[in-house]
Amino acid sequence: VAGEEALMRVDEKIALDAFRQDEREHIRLDAAKCRACGDRICIRTCPGHLYTLVGETGEVKVEWSGCLECGSCLAVCPNGAVDWSYPRGGCGVRYRHG
Amino acid sequence: MSAGERFDVAIVGGGLAGLSCACETARGGLSTAVFERGAECGSKNVSGGRLYLGPLRGLLPGFWNDAPLERLVARETLTLVAGDASASFDLRAPGLAKPEHASHTVLRAKLDRWLADRAVEAGAMVLPESRVDGVVLHDGTVAGVRVGDEEIAARVVVAADGALSFVARSAELAGAPRADRLAVGAKEIVALDAGRLEDRFGLEPGRGAARLLVGDFTRGLPGGGFLYTNRDSVSMGVVVRLDAAAAAGPSGPETHALVDALRAVPEVARLLAGGETVEYSAHLVPELSFADAPPRSRPGLLVAGDAAGFVANYGFTVRGMDFAAASGILAGRAVVEAAKSGRPAEDAPGAYERALAGSFVLRDLAAARGLDRFLANDRFYGHYPRSVCALLEELFRVGAPGRGAAFRSTWKLARGTIANWRGFRDLWPARKL
Repeated sequence: VAGEEALMRVDEKIALDAFRQDEREHIRLDAAKCRACGDRICIRTCPGHLYTLVGETGEVKVEWSGCLECGSCLAVCPNGAVDWSYPRGGCGVRYRHG
Repeated sequence: MSAGERFDVAIVGGGLAGLSCACETARGGLSTAVFERGAECGSKNVSGGRLYLGPLRGLLPGFWNDAPLERLVARETLTLVAGDASASFDLRAPGLAKPEHASHTVLRAKLDRWLADRAVEAGAMVLPESRVDGVVLHDGTVAGVRVGDEEIAARVVVAADGALSFVARSAELAGAPRADRLAVGAKEIVALDAGRLEDRFGLEPGRGAARLLVGDFTRGLPGGGFLYTNRDSVSMGVVVRLDAAAAAGPSGPETHALVDALRAVPEVARLLAGGETVEYSAHLVPELSFADAPPRSRPGLLVAGDAAGFVANYGFTVRGMDFAAASGILAGRAVVEAAKSGRPAEDAPGAYERALAGSFVLRDLAAARGLDRFLANDRFYGHYPRSVCALLEELFRVGAPGRGAAFRSTWKLARGTIANWRGFRDLWPARKL
Protein backbone atom coordinates (compact mmCIF):
# COMPACT_ATOMS: atom_id res chain seq x y z
CA VAL A 1 0.00 0.00 0.00
CA ALA A 2 1.20 3.48 -0.84
CA GLY A 3 3.28 5.26 1.75
CA GLU A 4 3.61 2.15 3.87
CA GLU A 5 7.38 1.95 3.85
CA ALA A 6 9.39 4.06 6.22
CA LEU A 7 11.72 6.36 4.32
CA MET A 8 15.37 5.42 4.49
CA ARG A 9 17.86 7.91 5.81
CA VAL A 10 20.38 9.13 3.28
CA ASP A 11 23.30 7.48 5.12
CA GLU A 12 21.41 4.19 4.94
CA LYS A 13 21.04 4.68 1.20
CA ILE A 14 24.75 5.37 0.77
CA ALA A 15 25.48 2.23 2.78
CA LEU A 16 23.85 0.29 -0.10
CA ASP A 17 26.50 1.52 -2.54
CA ALA A 18 29.75 -0.30 -3.24
CA PHE A 19 32.95 1.57 -2.41
CA ARG A 20 36.63 0.90 -2.56
CA GLN A 21 38.07 3.16 0.08
CA ASP A 22 41.05 5.35 -0.69
CA GLU A 23 43.23 5.83 2.38
CA ARG A 24 43.82 9.43 1.33
CA GLU A 25 40.99 11.97 1.49
CA HIS A 26 40.05 13.50 -1.87
CA ILE A 27 38.21 16.47 -0.35
CA ARG A 28 39.95 19.00 1.85
CA LEU A 29 38.31 22.04 3.40
CA ASP A 30 40.01 25.32 4.21
CA ALA A 31 38.88 25.67 7.84
CA ALA A 32 39.43 29.44 7.98
CA LYS A 33 37.30 30.04 4.90
CA CYS A 34 34.58 27.70 6.21
CA ARG A 35 34.44 29.52 9.55
CA ALA A 36 33.98 32.84 7.76
CA CYS A 37 31.06 31.45 5.71
CA GLY A 38 27.57 32.20 6.94
CA ASP A 39 25.42 30.23 4.57
CA ARG A 40 27.09 26.80 4.42
CA ILE A 41 25.50 25.99 1.11
CA CYS A 42 27.48 22.75 0.99
CA ILE A 43 25.51 21.27 3.88
CA ARG A 44 22.20 21.67 2.05
CA THR A 45 23.40 20.91 -1.44
CA CYS A 46 25.49 17.75 -1.07
CA PRO A 47 23.19 14.92 -2.25
CA GLY A 48 24.94 12.58 0.17
CA HIS A 49 24.40 14.97 3.09
CA LEU A 50 28.06 14.46 3.96
CA TYR A 51 28.77 17.98 5.21
CA THR A 52 28.02 18.77 8.84
CA LEU A 53 28.60 21.57 11.26
CA VAL A 54 30.68 20.49 14.24
CA GLY A 55 29.40 21.70 17.61
CA GLU A 56 29.94 25.29 18.58
CA THR A 57 33.29 25.72 16.85
CA GLY A 58 31.55 26.52 13.58
CA GLU A 59 33.83 24.10 11.81
CA VAL A 60 32.47 22.26 8.79
CA LYS A 61 33.39 18.63 8.42
CA VAL A 62 32.98 16.39 5.39
CA GLU A 63 32.51 12.61 5.53
CA TRP A 64 34.45 12.15 2.28
CA SER A 65 34.46 8.35 2.41
CA GLY A 66 30.77 8.30 1.40
CA CYS A 67 31.27 10.75 -1.47
CA LEU A 68 29.15 10.06 -4.56
CA GLU A 69 31.65 12.09 -6.63
CA CYS A 70 29.17 14.52 -8.17
CA GLY A 71 31.19 17.69 -7.42
CA SER A 72 28.25 19.83 -6.26
CA CYS A 73 30.15 21.11 -3.23
CA LEU A 74 33.00 22.30 -5.43
CA ALA A 75 30.60 24.20 -7.69
CA VAL A 76 28.46 25.83 -4.97
CA CYS A 77 31.14 26.92 -2.47
CA PRO A 78 31.24 30.72 -2.75
CA ASN A 79 34.60 31.00 -0.98
CA GLY A 80 36.73 28.47 -2.82
CA ALA A 81 37.16 26.53 0.41
CA VAL A 82 36.68 23.11 -1.18
CA ASP A 83 39.80 21.44 -2.51
CA TRP A 84 38.28 18.57 -4.47
CA SER A 85 39.63 15.98 -6.84
CA TYR A 86 38.36 12.61 -7.94
CA PRO A 87 39.58 9.77 -5.72
CA ARG A 88 42.65 8.00 -7.06
CA GLY A 89 42.17 5.59 -9.95
CA GLY A 90 40.04 2.59 -8.96
CA CYS A 91 38.99 4.13 -5.63
CA GLY A 92 35.76 5.67 -4.42
CA VAL A 93 32.19 4.80 -5.29
CA ARG A 94 31.56 1.91 -7.66
CA TYR A 95 28.10 2.07 -9.16
CA ARG A 96 26.67 -1.33 -10.02
CA HIS A 97 23.63 0.08 -11.81
CA GLY A 98 24.28 3.74 -12.62
CA MET B 1 52.51 1.09 -21.58
CA SER B 2 56.23 1.28 -22.17
CA ALA B 3 58.02 4.53 -21.52
CA GLY B 4 58.46 6.62 -24.61
CA GLU B 5 55.52 5.03 -26.42
CA ARG B 6 53.24 7.50 -28.10
CA PHE B 7 49.58 6.84 -28.79
CA ASP B 8 47.85 8.27 -31.82
CA VAL B 9 44.90 9.08 -29.55
CA ALA B 10 44.55 9.31 -25.77
CA ILE B 11 40.94 9.45 -24.66
CA VAL B 12 40.08 10.55 -21.15
CA GLY B 13 36.91 8.97 -19.80
CA GLY B 14 35.34 5.61 -20.59
CA GLY B 15 31.76 6.80 -20.95
CA LEU B 16 29.53 7.06 -24.01
CA ALA B 17 31.56 9.85 -25.63
CA GLY B 18 35.02 8.42 -24.93
CA LEU B 19 34.23 4.83 -25.86
CA SER B 20 32.31 5.80 -29.01
CA CYS B 21 35.35 7.83 -30.01
CA ALA B 22 37.67 4.90 -29.27
CA CYS B 23 35.62 2.57 -31.49
CA GLU B 24 36.10 4.98 -34.41
CA THR B 25 39.79 5.69 -33.97
CA ALA B 26 40.69 2.04 -33.35
CA ARG B 27 38.66 0.95 -36.39
CA GLY B 28 40.45 3.68 -38.33
CA GLY B 29 43.76 1.99 -37.54
CA LEU B 30 45.00 4.47 -34.92
CA SER B 31 46.64 3.31 -31.70
CA THR B 32 44.07 4.27 -29.09
CA ALA B 33 44.16 4.36 -25.30
CA VAL B 34 41.13 5.08 -23.09
CA PHE B 35 41.90 6.21 -19.55
CA GLU B 36 39.08 5.38 -17.15
CA ARG B 37 39.38 6.37 -13.49
CA GLY B 38 36.85 3.77 -12.30
CA ALA B 39 37.56 0.12 -11.60
CA GLU B 40 35.74 -0.58 -14.87
CA CYS B 41 33.93 1.52 -17.46
CA GLY B 42 30.51 2.60 -16.25
CA SER B 43 31.30 2.32 -12.56
CA LYS B 44 31.40 6.11 -12.14
CA ASN B 45 28.61 6.98 -14.53
CA VAL B 46 25.04 7.93 -13.76
CA SER B 47 22.24 8.98 -16.05
CA GLY B 48 18.57 9.60 -15.48
CA GLY B 49 18.03 6.65 -17.61
CA ARG B 50 16.85 7.30 -21.15
CA LEU B 51 18.85 7.09 -24.39
CA TYR B 52 17.42 8.36 -27.68
CA LEU B 53 18.81 5.94 -30.22
CA GLY B 54 17.12 7.41 -33.30
CA PRO B 55 19.73 10.10 -34.00
CA LEU B 56 22.58 7.62 -33.43
CA ARG B 57 21.27 5.08 -35.92
CA GLY B 58 22.09 7.54 -38.70
CA LEU B 59 25.73 7.66 -37.61
CA LEU B 60 26.20 3.96 -36.94
CA PRO B 61 23.45 1.81 -38.45
CA GLY B 62 22.92 -1.49 -36.70
CA PHE B 63 25.59 -0.89 -34.07
CA TRP B 64 23.23 -0.48 -31.12
CA ASN B 65 21.08 -3.53 -31.91
CA ASP B 66 23.03 -5.71 -29.50
CA ALA B 67 23.43 -3.09 -26.76
CA PRO B 68 22.14 -4.07 -23.31
CA LEU B 69 19.15 -1.73 -23.32
CA GLU B 70 16.54 -2.04 -20.58
CA ARG B 71 13.13 -1.27 -22.12
CA LEU B 72 11.78 0.47 -25.21
CA VAL B 73 9.73 3.44 -23.98
CA ALA B 74 6.14 2.89 -25.12
CA ARG B 75 4.40 5.19 -22.67
CA GLU B 76 5.19 8.80 -21.79
CA THR B 77 3.57 10.52 -18.84
CA LEU B 78 3.95 14.07 -17.62
CA THR B 79 2.60 14.62 -14.12
CA LEU B 80 2.00 17.91 -12.34
CA VAL B 81 2.22 17.54 -8.58
CA ALA B 82 0.71 19.73 -5.89
CA GLY B 83 1.00 18.22 -2.44
CA ASP B 84 -0.93 14.94 -2.44
CA ALA B 85 -2.75 15.89 -5.64
CA SER B 86 -1.43 15.19 -9.11
CA ALA B 87 -2.64 15.60 -12.67
CA SER B 88 -1.16 13.52 -15.48
CA PHE B 89 -0.97 13.73 -19.23
CA ASP B 90 -0.42 10.32 -20.63
CA LEU B 91 0.67 9.29 -24.10
CA ARG B 92 0.65 5.89 -25.73
CA ALA B 93 1.29 6.04 -29.44
CA PRO B 94 2.72 3.62 -32.00
CA GLY B 95 5.06 6.39 -33.08
CA LEU B 96 7.00 6.11 -29.81
CA ALA B 97 8.39 2.79 -31.03
CA LYS B 98 9.43 3.98 -34.49
CA PRO B 99 13.18 3.50 -34.89
CA GLU B 100 13.82 7.16 -35.72
CA HIS B 101 12.09 8.41 -32.53
CA ALA B 102 12.59 5.48 -30.21
CA SER B 103 14.11 5.91 -26.78
CA HIS B 104 15.24 3.19 -24.43
CA THR B 105 15.84 3.12 -20.71
CA VAL B 106 19.42 2.20 -19.83
CA LEU B 107 21.63 1.49 -16.84
CA ARG B 108 25.10 2.88 -17.39
CA ALA B 109 27.13 0.27 -15.53
CA LYS B 110 25.87 -2.34 -18.01
CA LEU B 111 25.76 -0.16 -21.12
CA ASP B 112 29.23 1.35 -20.73
CA ARG B 113 30.80 -2.03 -20.03
CA TRP B 114 29.30 -3.34 -23.26
CA LEU B 115 30.60 -0.33 -25.18
CA ALA B 116 34.06 -0.81 -23.64
CA ASP B 117 34.04 -4.39 -24.97
CA ARG B 118 33.22 -3.05 -28.45
CA ALA B 119 36.13 -0.59 -28.21
CA VAL B 120 38.53 -3.35 -27.17
CA GLU B 121 37.22 -5.55 -29.97
CA ALA B 122 37.99 -2.73 -32.42
CA GLY B 123 41.56 -2.67 -31.13
CA ALA B 124 41.53 0.07 -28.50
CA MET B 125 43.33 -0.30 -25.19
CA VAL B 126 41.04 0.44 -22.24
CA LEU B 127 42.96 1.29 -19.08
CA PRO B 128 40.82 1.23 -15.94
CA GLU B 129 41.89 2.65 -12.56
CA SER B 130 43.71 5.41 -14.43
CA ARG B 131 42.88 8.91 -13.27
CA VAL B 132 44.16 11.56 -15.65
CA ASP B 133 45.30 14.61 -13.70
CA GLY B 134 45.89 16.97 -16.60
CA VAL B 135 47.27 17.44 -20.07
CA VAL B 136 50.85 17.81 -21.27
CA LEU B 137 51.43 20.99 -23.27
CA HIS B 138 54.20 21.51 -25.81
CA ASP B 139 54.37 24.99 -27.31
CA GLY B 140 50.65 25.53 -26.92
CA THR B 141 49.75 22.14 -28.36
CA VAL B 142 48.29 19.39 -26.20
CA ALA B 143 50.73 16.52 -26.56
CA GLY B 144 49.62 13.97 -23.99
CA VAL B 145 48.14 13.35 -20.56
CA ARG B 146 49.46 13.08 -17.04
CA VAL B 147 48.50 10.07 -14.92
CA GLY B 148 50.06 10.59 -11.50
CA ASP B 149 53.77 11.13 -12.08
CA GLU B 150 53.66 9.59 -15.51
CA GLU B 151 53.40 11.54 -18.75
CA ILE B 152 51.83 9.66 -21.63
CA ALA B 153 52.42 11.12 -25.07
CA ALA B 154 49.64 11.26 -27.64
CA ARG B 155 49.22 12.97 -30.98
CA VAL B 156 45.67 13.93 -30.08
CA VAL B 157 43.87 13.95 -26.72
CA VAL B 158 40.09 13.69 -26.46
CA ALA B 159 38.55 14.97 -23.22
CA ALA B 160 35.41 12.95 -22.55
CA ASP B 161 35.62 13.23 -18.77
CA GLY B 162 32.18 14.51 -17.93
CA ALA B 163 30.54 17.66 -16.62
CA LEU B 164 33.44 18.68 -14.39
CA SER B 165 36.07 18.02 -17.10
CA PHE B 166 39.32 18.51 -15.23
CA VAL B 167 41.08 17.87 -18.54
CA ALA B 168 39.39 20.78 -20.34
CA ARG B 169 40.25 22.91 -17.29
CA SER B 170 43.88 21.91 -17.29
CA ALA B 171 44.01 22.82 -21.01
CA GLU B 172 42.45 26.20 -20.20
CA LEU B 173 39.35 25.52 -22.28
CA ALA B 174 37.12 25.70 -19.22
CA GLY B 175 37.19 27.51 -15.89
CA ALA B 176 36.17 26.31 -12.45
CA PRO B 177 32.72 24.67 -12.35
CA ARG B 178 29.94 27.22 -11.88
CA ALA B 179 26.65 26.57 -10.14
CA ASP B 180 24.78 28.61 -12.77
CA ARG B 181 25.96 26.22 -15.48
CA LEU B 182 25.04 23.00 -13.70
CA ALA B 183 22.16 20.99 -12.32
CA VAL B 184 22.46 18.30 -9.69
CA GLY B 185 20.71 14.96 -9.98
CA ALA B 186 20.14 12.41 -7.22
CA LYS B 187 18.69 9.02 -7.98
CA GLU B 188 17.67 5.73 -6.46
CA ILE B 189 17.42 2.37 -8.17
CA VAL B 190 14.32 0.70 -6.78
CA ALA B 191 14.13 -3.04 -7.42
CA LEU B 192 10.72 -4.25 -8.64
CA ASP B 193 10.14 -7.58 -10.39
CA ALA B 194 9.20 -7.36 -14.05
CA GLY B 195 5.63 -8.64 -13.58
CA ARG B 196 4.66 -6.15 -10.90
CA LEU B 197 6.46 -3.37 -12.72
CA GLU B 198 4.56 -4.02 -15.96
CA ASP B 199 1.24 -4.25 -14.09
CA ARG B 200 1.70 -1.03 -12.19
CA PHE B 201 3.00 1.01 -15.09
CA GLY B 202 0.48 -0.55 -17.48
CA LEU B 203 3.01 -2.01 -19.90
CA GLU B 204 3.19 -4.82 -22.43
CA PRO B 205 5.93 -7.31 -21.54
CA GLY B 206 9.34 -5.84 -22.25
CA ARG B 207 8.04 -2.35 -22.93
CA GLY B 208 8.91 0.63 -20.72
CA ALA B 209 7.52 3.83 -19.29
CA ALA B 210 9.05 7.26 -18.87
CA ARG B 211 7.34 9.39 -16.24
CA LEU B 212 8.38 12.98 -15.74
CA LEU B 213 7.07 14.97 -12.81
CA VAL B 214 7.03 18.66 -12.09
CA GLY B 215 5.71 20.22 -8.92
CA ASP B 216 6.13 21.30 -5.36
CA PHE B 217 8.23 18.28 -4.34
CA THR B 218 11.25 20.28 -5.56
CA ARG B 219 10.23 22.93 -2.99
CA GLY B 220 10.17 25.69 -5.57
CA LEU B 221 13.51 24.84 -7.18
CA PRO B 222 13.48 24.74 -10.99
CA GLY B 223 13.73 21.10 -11.94
CA GLY B 224 11.73 17.96 -11.72
CA GLY B 225 11.53 14.27 -11.04
CA PHE B 226 11.68 11.18 -13.21
CA LEU B 227 10.75 7.52 -13.13
CA TYR B 228 12.20 5.26 -15.81
CA THR B 229 11.35 1.57 -15.84
CA ASN B 230 14.27 -0.79 -16.29
CA ARG B 231 13.94 -4.56 -16.77
CA ASP B 232 13.38 -5.27 -13.09
CA SER B 233 13.92 -1.95 -11.38
CA VAL B 234 12.87 1.67 -11.57
CA SER B 235 15.25 4.63 -11.80
CA MET B 236 13.71 7.33 -9.62
CA GLY B 237 15.26 10.71 -9.05
CA VAL B 238 15.25 14.48 -9.13
CA VAL B 239 17.28 17.05 -11.06
CA VAL B 240 17.37 20.66 -9.87
CA ARG B 241 19.34 23.69 -10.92
CA LEU B 242 22.40 24.04 -8.75
CA ASP B 243 22.39 27.84 -8.67
CA ALA B 244 18.79 27.89 -7.43
CA ALA B 245 19.60 25.25 -4.82
CA ALA B 246 22.56 27.32 -3.65
CA ALA B 247 20.57 30.56 -3.56
CA ALA B 248 17.64 29.11 -1.60
CA GLY B 249 19.06 30.33 1.71
CA PRO B 250 19.47 28.54 5.04
CA SER B 251 15.83 27.42 5.02
CA GLY B 252 16.18 25.98 1.51
CA PRO B 253 15.67 22.28 0.88
CA GLU B 254 18.40 19.68 1.23
CA THR B 255 19.03 17.93 -2.06
CA HIS B 256 18.73 14.40 -0.66
CA ALA B 257 15.36 15.27 0.91
CA LEU B 258 13.93 16.08 -2.52
CA VAL B 259 14.29 12.43 -3.52
CA ASP B 260 12.26 11.44 -0.46
CA ALA B 261 9.71 14.14 -1.27
CA LEU B 262 9.31 12.66 -4.74
CA ARG B 263 8.88 9.14 -3.42
CA ALA B 264 6.29 10.41 -0.95
CA VAL B 265 4.08 11.81 -3.72
CA PRO B 266 1.09 9.39 -3.53
CA GLU B 267 1.20 8.67 -7.26
CA VAL B 268 4.88 7.70 -7.00
CA ALA B 269 4.54 5.85 -3.68
CA ARG B 270 1.80 3.69 -5.23
CA LEU B 271 3.97 2.77 -8.23
CA LEU B 272 7.00 1.91 -6.11
CA ALA B 273 5.29 0.34 -3.08
CA GLY B 274 7.21 -2.67 -1.80
CA GLY B 275 10.13 -1.83 -4.07
CA GLU B 276 13.48 -2.03 -2.37
CA THR B 277 16.11 0.65 -2.93
CA VAL B 278 19.34 -1.02 -4.03
CA GLU B 279 21.52 1.93 -5.03
CA TYR B 280 21.77 5.67 -4.43
CA SER B 281 23.72 7.91 -6.78
CA ALA B 282 24.32 11.56 -7.63
CA HIS B 283 25.70 13.36 -10.65
CA LEU B 284 26.05 16.82 -12.18
CA VAL B 285 24.42 17.78 -15.46
CA PRO B 286 25.76 20.65 -17.59
CA GLU B 287 23.04 23.25 -18.15
CA LEU B 288 24.82 25.79 -20.24
CA SER B 289 22.79 27.30 -22.98
CA PHE B 290 24.26 26.87 -26.41
CA ALA B 291 25.02 30.60 -26.59
CA ASP B 292 27.67 30.34 -23.84
CA ALA B 293 29.16 27.05 -24.99
CA PRO B 294 32.86 27.09 -24.14
CA PRO B 295 35.45 26.42 -26.84
CA ARG B 296 35.65 22.68 -27.38
CA SER B 297 38.95 22.24 -29.17
CA ARG B 298 42.48 23.54 -29.40
CA PRO B 299 45.53 22.11 -31.17
CA GLY B 300 45.93 18.55 -29.95
CA LEU B 301 42.67 18.46 -27.94
CA LEU B 302 39.02 17.78 -28.66
CA VAL B 303 36.28 17.93 -26.01
CA ALA B 304 33.19 15.71 -26.33
CA GLY B 305 30.03 14.79 -24.45
CA ASP B 306 29.10 16.36 -21.10
CA ALA B 307 32.63 17.82 -20.90
CA ALA B 308 31.72 20.01 -23.89
CA GLY B 309 28.33 20.88 -22.36
CA PHE B 310 26.39 18.94 -25.01
CA VAL B 311 23.15 18.67 -23.04
CA ALA B 312 19.71 20.01 -23.93
CA ASN B 313 17.32 20.73 -21.08
CA TYR B 314 13.79 20.56 -22.45
CA GLY B 315 12.27 21.10 -19.02
CA PHE B 316 10.34 17.84 -19.01
CA THR B 317 13.45 15.89 -19.90
CA VAL B 318 17.21 16.35 -20.08
CA ARG B 319 18.86 14.94 -23.19
CA GLY B 320 22.59 14.29 -23.30
CA MET B 321 23.54 10.67 -23.89
CA ASP B 322 22.89 10.64 -27.63
CA PHE B 323 24.83 13.91 -27.97
CA ALA B 324 27.68 12.31 -26.01
CA ALA B 325 27.87 9.23 -28.20
CA ALA B 326 27.47 11.28 -31.40
CA SER B 327 30.10 13.85 -30.46
CA GLY B 328 32.46 10.99 -29.53
CA ILE B 329 31.89 9.34 -32.91
CA LEU B 330 32.45 12.65 -34.72
CA ALA B 331 35.57 13.40 -32.70
CA GLY B 332 36.93 9.96 -33.53
CA ARG B 333 36.23 10.37 -37.23
CA ALA B 334 37.82 13.83 -37.20
CA VAL B 335 41.01 12.41 -35.67
CA VAL B 336 41.10 9.61 -38.27
CA GLU B 337 40.63 12.14 -41.06
CA ALA B 338 43.25 14.50 -39.63
CA ALA B 339 45.74 11.66 -39.18
CA LYS B 340 45.83 11.24 -42.96
CA SER B 341 47.26 14.73 -43.33
CA GLY B 342 50.15 13.84 -41.06
CA ARG B 343 49.36 16.83 -38.81
CA PRO B 344 46.58 15.42 -36.60
CA ALA B 345 47.08 17.82 -33.68
CA GLU B 346 46.68 20.85 -35.96
CA ASP B 347 43.98 19.48 -38.26
CA ALA B 348 41.69 17.55 -35.90
CA PRO B 349 40.05 20.63 -34.28
CA GLY B 350 38.88 22.03 -37.62
CA ALA B 351 37.64 18.65 -38.81
CA TYR B 352 35.77 18.14 -35.52
CA GLU B 353 34.11 21.57 -35.63
CA ARG B 354 33.01 21.01 -39.24
CA ALA B 355 31.59 17.59 -38.38
CA LEU B 356 29.71 18.99 -35.36
CA ALA B 357 28.34 21.88 -37.38
CA GLY B 358 26.95 19.45 -39.95
CA SER B 359 25.43 17.09 -37.38
CA PHE B 360 22.26 16.95 -35.31
CA VAL B 361 24.32 17.71 -32.19
CA LEU B 362 24.77 21.43 -32.75
CA ARG B 363 21.50 21.71 -34.68
CA ASP B 364 19.40 20.28 -31.84
CA LEU B 365 21.37 22.15 -29.18
CA ALA B 366 20.82 25.41 -31.08
CA ALA B 367 17.10 24.63 -31.22
CA ALA B 368 17.08 24.33 -27.41
CA ARG B 369 18.78 27.70 -27.00
CA GLY B 370 16.99 30.01 -24.58
CA LEU B 371 14.93 27.18 -23.09
CA ASP B 372 16.96 27.23 -19.90
CA ARG B 373 16.11 30.89 -19.30
CA PHE B 374 12.45 30.24 -20.02
CA LEU B 375 12.48 27.29 -17.63
CA ALA B 376 14.10 29.27 -14.82
CA ASN B 377 10.67 30.79 -14.06
CA ASP B 378 9.82 29.31 -10.66
CA ARG B 379 6.07 29.66 -11.30
CA PHE B 380 6.33 26.53 -13.46
CA TYR B 381 7.34 24.47 -10.42
CA GLY B 382 4.78 25.65 -7.87
CA HIS B 383 2.06 27.96 -9.10
CA TYR B 384 1.11 26.16 -12.31
CA PRO B 385 1.08 22.57 -10.98
CA ARG B 386 -1.04 23.81 -8.04
CA SER B 387 -3.38 25.73 -10.32
CA VAL B 388 -3.87 22.89 -12.82
CA CYS B 389 -4.60 20.39 -10.05
CA ALA B 390 -7.07 22.81 -8.44
CA LEU B 391 -8.77 23.51 -11.77
CA LEU B 392 -9.24 19.85 -12.60
CA GLU B 393 -10.50 19.18 -9.09
CA GLU B 394 -13.03 21.95 -9.52
CA LEU B 395 -14.05 20.62 -12.91
CA PHE B 396 -14.62 17.06 -11.68
CA ARG B 397 -16.34 18.03 -8.42
CA VAL B 398 -20.02 17.27 -8.47
CA GLY B 399 -22.61 17.21 -5.79
CA ALA B 400 -22.11 20.34 -3.74
CA PRO B 401 -25.47 21.94 -2.92
CA GLY B 402 -26.74 24.20 -5.68
CA ARG B 403 -24.07 23.18 -8.18
CA GLY B 404 -24.71 22.30 -11.74
CA ALA B 405 -21.97 21.66 -14.19
CA ALA B 406 -18.75 23.08 -12.85
CA PHE B 407 -17.68 24.81 -16.04
CA ARG B 408 -18.49 28.32 -14.83
CA SER B 409 -16.70 28.03 -11.49
CA THR B 410 -13.77 26.31 -13.18
CA TRP B 411 -13.46 29.11 -15.70
CA LYS B 412 -13.58 31.65 -12.88
CA LEU B 413 -10.76 29.83 -11.12
CA ALA B 414 -8.78 29.61 -14.37
CA ARG B 415 -9.09 33.38 -14.83
CA GLY B 416 -7.61 33.89 -11.41
CA THR B 417 -4.69 31.50 -11.80
CA ILE B 418 -3.69 30.69 -15.38
CA ALA B 419 -5.81 32.35 -18.06
CA ASN B 420 -4.72 35.88 -17.22
CA TRP B 421 -2.15 38.50 -18.14
CA ARG B 422 0.52 36.95 -15.89
CA GLY B 423 0.07 33.55 -17.46
CA PHE B 424 0.26 35.06 -20.91
CA ARG B 425 3.50 36.80 -19.98
CA ASP B 426 5.00 33.57 -18.56
CA LEU B 427 4.22 31.60 -21.69
CA TRP B 428 4.77 34.29 -24.35
CA PRO B 429 8.56 33.75 -24.54
CA ALA B 430 7.84 30.14 -25.55
CA ARG B 431 6.83 31.30 -29.05
CA LYS B 432 10.51 31.85 -29.88
CA LEU B 433 11.64 28.44 -28.68
